[in-house]
Amino acid sequence: MSQPPGERSFPLPSQVPTVPGAEGWQEMYPYFSRFQPEDDHRFWFYNSMHFPEAVPAFDSITSEIPYTAIGANTARLFSFPTTMGIEYRIVNGRVYITANPVVDEAEQAERLEHFQERAGHYYSHWDRLYAEWQQRIDALIAEIEAIEVPRLGELEDLAVITEARGVASNHFLRENFHRCIDLYSKMWHHHTEFLMLGYGAYVVFFEFCTTAFPEIGDQTVARMVAGMDVTMYRPDDELKKLAALAVELGLGDLFAEGGHPGTVLSSLRERGDAGARWLEALEAAKNPWFNVSVGDGFYHHHLSWADDLSVPFSALSGYVEQVANGEDLRRPTGRLAEERDRIAAEYRALLQSEEEKAAFDQMLGLCRQVFPYIESHKFYCEHWFTTRFFQKIRAFGQLLAERGVLEQADDVFHLRHVEVEDALADVMLAWASGGRELGARHWQPIVARRKQIVDALAQWSPPPALGPVPEALNDPAVRMLWGVTDETIETWLGDQELDEHTVRGNAASPGVVEGTARVLMNVNEIGRIREGEILVCPVTAPSWGPVFGKIAAAVSDIGGTMSHAAIVAREYGMPAVVGTGKATSVIKTGDRVRVDGDRGIVTVVG
Amino acid sequence: MNTTPPILHFTELGRDDAGVAGGKGASLGELLRAGIRVPDGFVVTTAAFRSAVTALDLGSRVAALDPADADGLAATCAELRSVVESAPLPSDVAEAVLGAYTEFAAGCGDRYLPVAVRSSATSEDSAEASFAGLQDTYLWIRGEDQVLDHVRRCWASLYSAESVTYRLRRGVAEDELAMAVVVQRMVAARTSGVMFTRSPLTGDRSVVAIDASWGLGSAVVSGDVTPDSFVVSKVTGDIVRRTVSVKTRWHQPGPGGDGTVDGDVPEHLQAAPSLSDDEIAELVALARRVEDHYGCPQDIEWAVPRTAPPGENVVVLQSRPETVWSGRDATADRPKAAVPTARAFDHVFNLLRGTRAGGRRP
Repeated sequence: MSQPPGERSFPLPSQVPTVPGAEGWQEMYPYFSRFQPEDDHRFWFYNSMHFPEAVPAFDSITSEIPYTAIGANTARLFSFPTTMGIEYRIVNGRVYITANPVVDEAEQAERLEHFQERAGHYYSHWDRLYAEWQQRIDALIAEIEAIEVPRLGELEDLAVITEARGVASNHFLRENFHRCIDLYSKMWHHHTEFLMLGYGAYVVFFEFCTTAFPEIGDQTVARMVAGMDVTMYRPDDELKKLAALAVELGLGDLFAEGGHPGTVLSSLRERGDAGARWLEALEAAKNPWFNVSVGDGFYHHHLSWADDLSVPFSALSGYVEQVANGEDLRRPTGRLAEERDRIAAEYRALLQSEEEKAAFDQMLGLCRQVFPYIESHKFYCEHWFTTRFFQKIRAFGQLLAERGVLEQADDVFHLRHVEVEDALADVMLAWASGGRELGARHWQPIVARRKQIVDALAQWSPPPALGPVPEALNDPAVRMLWGVTDETIETWLGDQELDEHTVRGNAASPGVVEGTARVLMNVNEIGRIREGEILVCPVTAPSWGPVFGKIAAAVSDIGGTMSHAAIVAREYGMPAVVGTGKATSVIKTGDRVRVDGDRGIVTVVG
Repeated sequence: MNTTPPILHFTELGRDDAGVAGGKGASLGELLRAGIRVPDGFVVTTAAFRSAVTALDLGSRVAALDPADADGLAATCAELRSVVESAPLPSDVAEAVLGAYTEFAAGCGDRYLPVAVRSSATSEDSAEASFAGLQDTYLWIRGEDQVLDHVRRCWASLYSAESVTYRLRRGVAEDELAMAVVVQRMVAARTSGVMFTRSPLTGDRSVVAIDASWGLGSAVVSGDVTPDSFVVSKVTGDIVRRTVSVKTRWHQPGPGGDGTVDGDVPEHLQAAPSLSDDEIAELVALARRVEDHYGCPQDIEWAVPRTAPPGENVVVLQSRPETVWSGRDATADRPKAAVPTARAFDHVFNLLRGTRAGGRRP
């Protein structure tokens, strides 16, 4: 029933033209991220969720390392039965990905045995392992925060001699830079450590809910499992508390809209005890809750609130105004929890058997156990760790600027991470030799060119997918890993071209059949219909009744899912698509048509 | 056996009275008892049908028909219909119907009170009910003679070609045939439609699915219009799907307030939603009350009168049990969404195991 592979296609990777003005973009990314000729035979989709903008050279590390870690987790650590990892490619600055499914059933079975043992271990000891995870991620954050960019003075500190350390500071330039990269990599391994297992538990519950309640919204499933004390809400909650404190201390006037954070802070210092108390509260809140990124943590320019106070301060001015107007900004967690439990209880009550209710309880319970991880890891990984990581890289950029290799600190993000090591080696050598860095002449024209390229790439509208449409994405692990479904692809294809052989209407009665069309413009012609034909007509009023014993499916130009025709089609168990608007003008008697009553699509296939 | 009177008022009926009042009539009585807003009226019972139609003894002629011979069947059916419509009526039946209308109309303060005359099948089979009960809903009928005339047309509709074909194909016995007719005060509808208290497409019991269009509900039921459609979660009240169609046709009362006419919807209304979100919420609340009252999913016809106080917008015109999905649920092999496992996380293994044979989805 699904389209044979290769019949329909998005543009092929090899057909994607370079954006004018962006010639040479390939040099910005590692060779293994470039599309290969054989990649034309595979399906790729644009990861717009994580990479909505053109990726600067250094930032390509945010695809290289995460995909190194996720794939290791699914393919090698936990042995997910149906999937290895994700491959990624960069074209015109955008990241496209594809999954490597395991299709051989014997291999799946073998991987399943390991999966049960390994994933079983994690699920069985989830709470303890998660507590240990929290300690490890805290340690990684402490480590990245502690990394220093060596100061290269005229002479080394005397201590290097008296403690007989024997290793000069220029060595630590590369070691400490590399340490940043290594810690970033470890962070991503820990990021994925529980993630796919957590998603697995969620997808189980999600699939159950959508099987039992096909019309349930994604958000409603999520509401049943949502935690109340969610780390990601904390930064905003802290701001609201600070706003309330400001009003309580009579400092509200200082937070007028558009106030510069520096100005507000210095005014606070002049407000005696009240100002001091508020500043104290600010410091307490900042560590750690201002370590939240203004973006998603995949680009170097996504700074944290702590790095750029203008973001939290602009939110503060709004909150202060609301509190001053008597609003209570605290999240009503008690009421939200009650509502969550009511929703879950009502869906449970709608299940028709005790067995399904028991399965629902198991799945919801597992989901609520894993959900704190899913909800909280982002704060520690993408936000806190990642904003610290980019600040450290920026500090190395500052050194390169001070040494004349780069014009300014942020130019470091136009070098790939392996190129940064080159530039650092240049500094290490120049400091050692007493000569001068040669990088200005080498890197500065490259950086200037890459800035132009990134600007040019920003103008591009990337196609949502590349390559031939795959066979149905019916494997839940692949769906989970990719985040795309058949429906997504259909929508993209629909957007790509409106096929003149296809009409869409209301899915009025489920099922898919193929057959010969019989177009009847009015009821007087019903005698012409032959057994097994597909009726195509303007409207199916009750007077068409007698034909339903003969036909294989019904299609109409006009009509809703509760029209008589739809009711009768469901009663007879035949597919029907109604309200297509134009079936009788697109389809001719004798055409071979496929009626998809599940999706409301009618296609002329020959 | 004729202890049932030919006429029963809605207030005299309840859910157990389908045998005398048909499904629709019994349900209207039951809804009224449950405090649901229903336009008032009365039922011409199956007892009246028996003395007026069964007595004509048409069953053997139907049984002799060949469902494959469309032309022959059509000709015979036309003849049978005209017999039912024109044969002399037993006087007690005629007097009872005329008297009931006159009294009802007077009670409402309008001698020519417009009413809907609708067949009310005794069968639980929704397809049969649709064949026998949809095309013979007569709206905006005024005056005692017209009412009596349309009651007979309802009876005659049992001999329509489609109804007869259906009975022949399904092997429904002719001597079991009976029909009641509902006579109900007409609602001047701004918007009408149908709603199911489970998805008609997927059987999902957590939603109310509403189809709505301008004017009288017959446009939606007959398929003359592609209606607006709304799918609303019973649990959260969220409108999970909202499709506003271009509604080109509507059914409206005839020019003299008599009968109905089809027409073009004025351009400014065609693409406008035919229900407000408040009205949708009111419909859903009503749907849940009706479903709770009956304890099973319902298929409800409703209308929003042109003038009604906010919050009391919707009236129910009829409700009947949903049969297609309920029938499937009743079969032993209804696939379960899942069954419990030894450990909760075994569900993850079942889902992600991969082999087609191991998949648990139906």
